Amino acid sequence: MAKGEAKRQGKITGAQAVIASLEAEGVEVVFGYPGGQAIQMYDALYDSKQLRHVLARHEQGAVHEADGYARATGRVGVALVTSGPGATNTVTGIATAYMDSVPIVVVTGQVPRSVIGTDSFQESDIVGITMPVVKHSFLVKSAADIARTFKEAFHIASTGRPGPVLIDVPSDIAAQTVSFSYPETANIPSYRPTYKGNARQVKAAAKLVSQAAKPVLYVGGGVIASGASDLVCRLAREYRIPVVTTLMAKGAVPASEPLNYGPIGMHGSKYGNRALNRSDVIIAVGARFSDRVTGNPEKFAPHAAVIHIDIDPAEIGKVRAAQVPIVGDASTVLASLLDELDAKGVKPDTQAWIAQLDEWREEFPILEKGADAYPGLIVPEVALAALSGMLDPHGSIVVTEVGQNQMWAAQFIDREEPRTFLTSGGLGTMGYGLPAAIGAAIALPDKQVVLVAGDGSLQMNSQEMATAAVYGANVKVVVLDNRALGMVHQWQRLFYEGRYSATELADNPDFVKLAEAYSWQAERVDAPEQVEAAFTRMLAAEGPYLIDMRIDRDQSVFPMVPTGASLAEAIGAVGV
Amino acid sequence: MNENKHVLSVLVENKSGVLSRVIGLISRRGFNIDSLSVGPTEDPSRSRITIIVDADTEAYEQIVKQLNKLVCVYKLQDLTNDAYIERELVLFKVNAPAERRSEVIEVANLFRASIVDVGASSLTIEATGSQSKLEGLEELLGAYGIKEITRTGKIAISRNSKEA
Repeated sequence: MAKGEAKRQGKITGAQAVIASLEAEGVEVVFGYPGGQAIQMYDALYDSKQLRHVLARHEQGAVHEADGYARATGRVGVALVTSGPGATNTVTGIATAYMDSVPIVVVTGQVPRSVIGTDSFQESDIVGITMPVVKHSFLVKSAADIARTFKEAFHIASTGRPGPVLIDVPSDIAAQTVSFSYPETANIPSYRPTYKGNARQVKAAAKLVSQAAKPVLYVGGGVIASGASDLVCRLAREYRIPVVTTLMAKGAVPASEPLNYGPIGMHGSKYGNRALNRSDVIIAVGARFSDRVTGNPEKFAPHAAVIHIDIDPAEIGKVRAAQVPIVGDASTVLASLLDELDAKGVKPDTQAWIAQLDEWREEFPILEKGADAYPGLIVPEVALAALSGMLDPHGSIVVTEVGQNQMWAAQFIDREEPRTFLTSGGLGTMGYGLPAAIGAAIALPDKQVVLVAGDGSLQMNSQEMATAAVYGANVKVVVLDNRALGMVHQWQRLFYEGRYSATELADNPDFVKLAEAYSWQAERVDAPEQVEAAFTRMLAAEGPYLIDMRIDRDQSVFPMVPTGASLAEAIGAVGV
Repeated sequence: MNENKHVLSVLVENKSGVLSRVIGLISRRGFNIDSLSVGPTEDPSRSRITIIVDADTEAYEQIVKQLNKLVCVYKLQDLTNDAYIERELVLFKVNAPAERRSEVIEVANLFRASIVDVGASSLTIEATGSQSKLEGLEELLGAYGIKEITRTGKIAISRNSKEA
């Protein structure tokens, strides 16, 4: 049936139903890349006044862009790609979002149903391939199912523990005609996340908290996903409970909050790790005791009773047994825990504990060796601390790549608000940062978006520099360029007798020229006294800007808890 | 019974790909399946998967929680510690030359198994029952030479007293 004829009958095509569904969900930006089996959806997109399409230069970039958009705004990010290689290119992006619980919906074109399973051109079983890394996925079998499928997909992606959802749309279904009406609610009997914590457990938690002498609030990314930052801060401040944050929770509690003892884990501060390890009660909120946090789980916080609040029941007791397990949404549970504590009127006496933590913070500063220790060299820690001071604390978003750049950024760039530090925590995806920064900059064009990158990571998705240029995405990139895959290089230096197998990048391109080739502004900085002026120029510039900052190859990220060691066994630049 | 053995009855959406989601999850997280069977239920939109896994308490708890997270899973029942009935159907193809045929039939009859096919020198026997009964039958038939065995995998249902 011709499109016009279908329209006269009040019907639209499946492809139009896909676009209408996205519109009904309030989507404004779609990141994507067209192809043969997606051509009808792209044709329908051409008519949309609501949807703005951002053409990535690679499907992986499109998915990370949707992910950065989602993390920066809390809204569902959307990517649209074609079948076969277009679909398989999304896998790393989907896995990244899955590990960090980011709500995205990925729509893939698929070959027509009549040839599915015949190894036809650009066919890939993307539903099968992505099964382990999606929260849920759909293969649409009839155009009549499109509206309901999209409603359910957005609902599943954004509720409970958020995550990626994939919708595979065979092209013959995109061509079918259908009368379209978008459902108001999703009704999925087999999917009912628990939001409210069990009242008895909340009571037990309140009792444990009020009796604690050395409590610690161990805050994870779930606090940001749930929007529970204010409640965490209230609990910390009113009941005088120190806070430590995982990498995913950076920004959940302001860096300026004196009770925030900052990042923990493999490259966390010694004082933060010690606080966690020597606590008597851990209140874990939206955190999953990841191996990068606990080190050797057998030796982790041996004297602590654990209150574990998480919306995902499977996280509770997975790594560390919980004395008080509470399944529920962080905000809802914290609100009821605060009510319970307020009613009780007993506050834990943590004065001595906080005094002890402050002493440790004095004794083990996270910056162990300052600029003086490396005369004439740009010290990445010092440079990033300077950058931190120059950023608008309430108007900026910091994004990282993966590796040393990521850990230094986590250690030395302060964040005051949630959703202002975007990093691939669980999967550790090199190449995540540039597209994620572009996604964030497109979502929030008035923010300063600064990407801290490494020379290795940047090259994993450097084609997205074109996307930034074309759409005027206001991203500022600081490449900590050590001409090495720095983190692995560091491990080789520390644990493999300096046998630098395949980690030295002597033949890097000229990043300034590369950026300029994409119509970016760019400059090189190779002396410490040039750093601040370069940051000033970068932050003042309109449009994308890159600083190629030459740092020494032998700079290491410290402190460091070697894999399998206890948090108490950190090694550092200065022995303790 | 092996104390790490768990009998799970999983009510799922009757849709293509669902079995693959359930099995994929179990294998991906490193758990072993002893037995698995699947079939439609009284409601054609739902299937029931009976899974028998061998896992210690902590691993088992993870399997249950992870399975419950799947959007295609409606309900998960652990029958292990409840009163339940477990059955499996086994087909044995046994050597049975004419002179020993009646002996084999007698063994089958003792186990209330039935002969479902007769060949020149073999018999096919269908048997159902508990694990111990089927093992007993297998042992006895072994004396005649078993040419082939195929089994359905176990299915289970709670006893009436446990009706939900």
